[in-house]
Amino acid sequence: MRHACLAILLSCLASIVSALEIEDHRHFPGTGDRILKVISTADLEVFEPYLKAFQVSQSALSIDYTVVSSAELHRAIRGGAEFDLALSSAMDLQFQLANDGFAQSHRSEATAGLPDWARWRDLIFAFTAEPAVVVLSTKRFDGLGLPTTRQELLTLLREYPDRFEGAVGTYDVRDSGLGYLFATQEARSTDAYWRLSEVMGRLNPQLYCCSGQMIDDVATGELALAYNVLGSYAAERLARDSGGRVQILRMEDFSNVILRTAIIPATANETAGAGALIDMLARLGQREAPGSWPLPPLGQTGADNLGGFGPIRLGPALMVYLDPLNRRAFLTEWENAMEQH
Amino acid sequence: MTGTGSIGRRLTLLLAGVAALLSVLSWWMVTGLARQAAERTQDNVLAASVTTIAETLRSEQGEVRLELPYSAFSMLGAISEDRVFYLVATGDTVLTGYEDLPVPRELVPSTGRVVFDTGEYSGEEIRMATVTRLVLAGTQPVPVNVTVAQTRRGVASISAELSQLAAFLSVAFFLVAVSLSAFAARTSLKPLNEIAAAVSRRGPSDLRPLRRAAPTELAPLMTSLNRLMDRLGQSIRSAEDFIAEAAHRIRTPLATVRAQAEIALRSAKDEDQKQRLRQMIRAVDESSRSAGQLLDHATVIYRSDDLVRSPVILSDLVRQTVAGLEPTAAMKDIQLHVDAIPAEAEVDPVLMDNALRNVLDNAIKYSPPETVVRVSVSNADGEIRISVRDQGPGLGEGPADQLTQRFQRGNNTQGIVGSGLGLTIAKDVLEAHGGRLELETLNEKEGTCATLVLPSS
Repeated sequence: MRHACLAILLSCLASIVSALEIEDHRHFPGTGDRILKVISTADLEVFEPYLKAFQVSQSALSIDYTVVSSAELHRAIRGGAEFDLALSSAMDLQFQLANDGFAQSHRSEATAGLPDWARWRDLIFAFTAEPAVVVLSTKRFDGLGLPTTRQELLTLLREYPDRFEGAVGTYDVRDSGLGYLFATQEARSTDAYWRLSEVMGRLNPQLYCCSGQMIDDVATGELALAYNVLGSYAAERLARDSGGRVQILRMEDFSNVILRTAIIPATANETAGAGALIDMLARLGQREAPGSWPLPPLGQTGADNLGGFGPIRLGPALMVYLDPLNRRAFLTEWENAMEQH
Repeated sequence: MTGTGSIGRRLTLLLAGVAALLSVLSWWMVTGLARQAAERTQDNVLAASVTTIAETLRSEQGEVRLELPYSAFSMLGAISEDRVFYLVATGDTVLTGYEDLPVPRELVPSTGRVVFDTGEYSGEEIRMATVTRLVLAGTQPVPVNVTVAQTRRGVASISAELSQLAAFLSVAFFLVAVSLSAFAARTSLKPLNEIAAAVSRRGPSDLRPLRRAAPTELAPLMTSLNRLMDRLGQSIRSAEDFIAEAAHRIRTPLATVRAQAEIALRSAKDEDQKQRLRQMIRAVDESSRSAGQLLDHATVIYRSDDLVRSPVILSDLVRQTVAGLEPTAAMKDIQLHVDAIPAEAEVDPVLMDNALRNVLDNAIKYSPPETVVRVSVSNADGEIRISVRDQGPGLGEGPADQLTQRFQRGNNTQGIVGSGLGLTIAKDVLEAHGGRLELETLNEKEGTCATLVLPSS
C-alpha cells in the first residue's frame, strides 16, 4: 500500500533511490547461516557489548550491524529496506513507522513485563530512557557559576558574549532527527526555549549532526558548552577520558527524557532473532541497577522519577511535529532564531 | 399409577428456561450498548480532535495555513493504543496528511458539523471524523476538509471486556434465577403436598370431609374429594343400615321359631323327632347369633364414626360384661375369673361392652368344658390392657391378623358355631378408640390370650 509522504520523506524524496548513508558497519559472525540485520542509530562502541552478550546466548546467529542517522533509518525502513530490527533514539520517527504500518508485532514475556508507557500495541518497545543534558567545558567556565536552570544559562550567555562567541554547540535540527525531537518537545514544554535560541543565535552557534562530535569538541575546549546532548553518550565518553575537563549538567527547570525504541520492520525475515534481541533489551531495560551497560535502564529516568519529568510519551502526539506544515513552520522559526549572522 | 412427570420439575424447568432466555437477552443487550458507548466515546474524541485542528485553519497571503495542535493528537493517544491517520484537503488539493485516506469525497460541506464514517485503511478498520470549514483564501472562501481517523482496537477491547463482564453477570443471574424458581415451585406446590399428606394420614374408616385452607386452584379438587368421600360414606352407611335392618328383622321371627321348637321338643315323644328338633334349635341359635353379631358390627361401624365417649371405670365394665356371660359359661361348666385393678378411660361404654363381650364369647365358645377363662385388667406404659386367657385349642395355624378380618375363622374351629365377625367387631371398636387387639397362642399351656389395648387417658 502506498502511504502518505510525510515531513522527512519530503526532504529526502530525491534521494529515496540512492544508497543508504552508512556511518559505520560491522559483521559479527556466528556459527550458523542465519543473519540478523540490525539498523541502528547507536554507535558501535556503545552497542557492541549488547551484541556480544546476545551472541553468547544465540551463538548460531550472525549479526550484521549498520549505524545510520535517525532520519536515514526512518527513510530506509519507509523505503522498504530489508532489515530485521530497527533501533533508534528518535522515538517520533519510530512511532510514525509503527503507526503507518511499517512494523510487525512481537509478543513475549519480556515485552509484557515492560511498563505501559514503554510499549505501544506490541509494535514498538522502549529499552532505555535517556535524558537531554548540557555538556560544558570546565576550562571555559573557569570563574563562572555553573548554570542549573535555563534562566541562569540565559543570564550567563547574555553577560559574557565574548566568552561564548562561536563556542556554543547544539544539534542542527534540520539534519538530526533526535535534535528536532528535543527542540520541538522543549519548545512545547518551556517558553525559555525560544529565548535561549535567540541568545544562542546571536553567539554564532556551531551546529552538529551528532552528539559524539559535540562532546569531542567540548573536551578539546573548542566549545564552551553543548546544549541538548543525549545524556548516555556524554556519560559514557566522560567516564573514559575526560579527566575533569568536561562536566555534565541536567537542567533542573525541565529536561527531556527520550526512550530509545526498537521495532521489527514489516520487511523483516529473521523475526525470531529480532524478537530474541528485543526480549534481551527489554529485560535489560527493566533492570534495577545501571550495571556496566553503556545505556541506562528505563527505570532510572522513568515515569516515576521524582523530578517530575517523565519520558516523552509514546503516542500519536509525537506525529504532530512530523507533519510537513508544522515542520516547515518550526524550522522557519528556528532558523530565524539561530541564524542571525 | 402412570406418571406424567413432576409438576415441580416442570415448573422449575420452565422458569429456568425463561431465566436463560432473559440472561442471553440481557447479555446481548449489554454487549450492544457497551459497543455503542465505546463507539460514541471514540466519536466524541475524534470530533474534539478534528474540531481543534479545524480551528487552527487560517489564511495567510491568500494561502490556507494550519498548524496541527499537539493536543489534537495527544487526546487520541490518551484513551487507547490506536493508530491515527489524518488528512487536510481543499477539494482535491491535499494540504497535509495521508493523501490516500478514504475520505468520502462527495462530502456535503455542512460547515461546522462533524461527519463520521467507517472505512478501511492500512489493513485495519478505521473510524473517521470529518469537519468542513470555509477559509477565506484571497477573495474566495474555500471549503477545507479536516479528517482525523483512528483504528478501532480500543473500542473492540472495551466492548469485549464489558461483554465478558456482562456474560459473567448473566450466568450469575441465571444461577440465582434457577435456584429461586426451584424454591418458588416447591413453595407453590406445598399446599398440594399438605393435602395429600392429610388424606394419607387418615384412618381407613375416616370419611369426614377435609376442612383446611387451600389455595383457590385447589378448591375444586378439595370439593370433589369431599363429595367423593361423602358419597362413599353414604353408601357404606346405607349398606350397614340395610344389614342392621335385615338382622333385626330376622332375629324376631327366629326367636318365635325357637320358642315353638322348644315347646315341640318338650312335648315330643319320639326320640328321632326330638333329635331333629334339637338340631333345628341349634341352627336357629346359630342364625340368631349371626344376626346379632351383624347388628353389633353395624352398630360398631355406625358409632365409631362418631364416638360417644364418657369416663368409664373399666374394671366395673369388665365385671358387668363377665356377669352377663356367666350363664353361657355355666352351661359348659367354665369358670370365669376376673382380676381387675380399677382403671378409668374415656370410652364409648356400649362399644367397649360389645367388644369385650365378643372376645369373651369367643373364649367361652372355643374352651373345652370345665376349664377356666381368666380376665385381667392392667395399666402400664400408658396403656390399659384387658386380657382374656382361655384354655382352648389356640389360634391354629396361619397369621393371627387374618382372624380379625370379616368372616374369617381359624382353621381349627370345625364343629363350633361362629360367624367370623366377633374379633372383627372387637378390633374395629379398639381402633376407633385409638387402641388395638392383640392375639397370641400361649406357649406353656394350650390356649389363647386376646388382649384389648387402649391408650390410657
